[in-house]
Amino acid sequence: MKAKIRKLATFVEETCNEMGQPVQPPARRAAAVAVIENPCAGKYVEDLSELMTIGEELGELLAQRAVAALGIPGPSAESYGKAAAVGENGEIEHAAAILHPKLGTPVRRVLGKGAALIPSSKKRGGMGVVLDIPLGHKDAAFVRSHFDGMEVRINDAPRANEIMVAVAVTDSGRPLARVGGLTKDQIKGEDGLR
Amino acid sequence: MPEVQVRKKLTAVEEIFHEGGPAAAKPLRRAAALAVIKNPFAGSYVEKIEGYMEDLKPLGLEMAKSLVSALGGDPKSIEGYGKGAIVGSAGELEHGALWHVPGGYAMREVLGGAKAIVSSTKKVGGPGTRLDVPITHINASYVRSHFDAMEVGLADAPRADEILLALVMTTGARVHARVGGLKASEVKGEDGLR
Repeated sequence: MKAKIRKLATFVEETCNEMGQPVQPPARRAAAVAVIENPCAGKYVEDLSELMTIGEELGELLAQRAVAALGIPGPSAESYGKAAAVGENGEIEHAAAILHPKLGTPVRRVLGKGAALIPSSKKRGGMGVVLDIPLGHKDAAFVRSHFDGMEVRINDAPRANEIMVAVAVTDSGRPLARVGGLTKDQIKGEDGLR
Repeated sequence: MPEVQVRKKLTAVEEIFHEGGPAAAKPLRRAAALAVIKNPFAGSYVEKIEGYMEDLKPLGLEMAKSLVSALGGDPKSIEGYGKGAIVGSAGELEHGALWHVPGGYAMREVLGGAKAIVSSTKKVGGPGTRLDVPITHINASYVRSHFDAMEVGLADAPRADEILLALVMTTGARVHARVGGLKASEVKGEDGLR
């Protein structure tokens, strides 16, 4: 593996109750996060293809870890998202190189489908920085019940020469979603939007 | 005593390969189980609260079991543990102390009679408060390589009338432990200290 991983973390959140109303079945989401060395830290590197390759490896590893943490087969996942935080000696473009060119294909392979764009966010920050991973339905971006976000944070990452890369997957939408819009049973799943 | 009402659970697992030194032959794994419950005593001073410890026992056991399973399923692989609580702003610190017995004894039971006191911490705080849960060796508190801590927290908990309960387990020493002291291999395991 090209990526030099210092640490991997997974988080599984299960919401059982909101404002006294049971959430049945519980809304569950998982995030898998890798803390890796940034091979381009501390200097300007024109060609970021090394980071793109790392993104491809991490897409597969993190998607597998996230669905394993939920204990579901990949195709049962409903929504997804990705995010990266670059340590202070790196550029925001390093996050883009990991997330955008190659990370999505292996994620979609693990999840069976994934017609929709994978929503993403990125930032540069110090250790303990909070990543809000945006979430959207994997086959139809307009499914309103699945617009969501998941916060992840690792107190000792990213160090200055590291990048923290996260993939989040859910088996459900928001708990008690009730603001209308396209619902998941209406998905056509052709254009990734509806 | 009132029934325990769980709003949300979180399982977090960290797998640490190295921290700048040689990669460990077997990565250190640490896991935290969090449960956000309604604080039945929030908003007023209640003198008699002790009975609620009994009510929390099933939840403690469930969380302890979920930690063992998050770390691979073998109770014998667990070497360190700790516990903690964050009480929402309408409660008092003493409500967090209700977790000592059900949290600690649940882990000991699941681990087959661990000898050492379960190190702990607690505080009153708002949503997003972080807690550094202290960790020590399960059979001998003085094992220096196993002194550790894991930071936990949830962006949306505890609300004012909630308590966030935490249990933590680890599979070994700090990844590059090398400051001497009592070793895990030297533990007598009689008094819980050495």
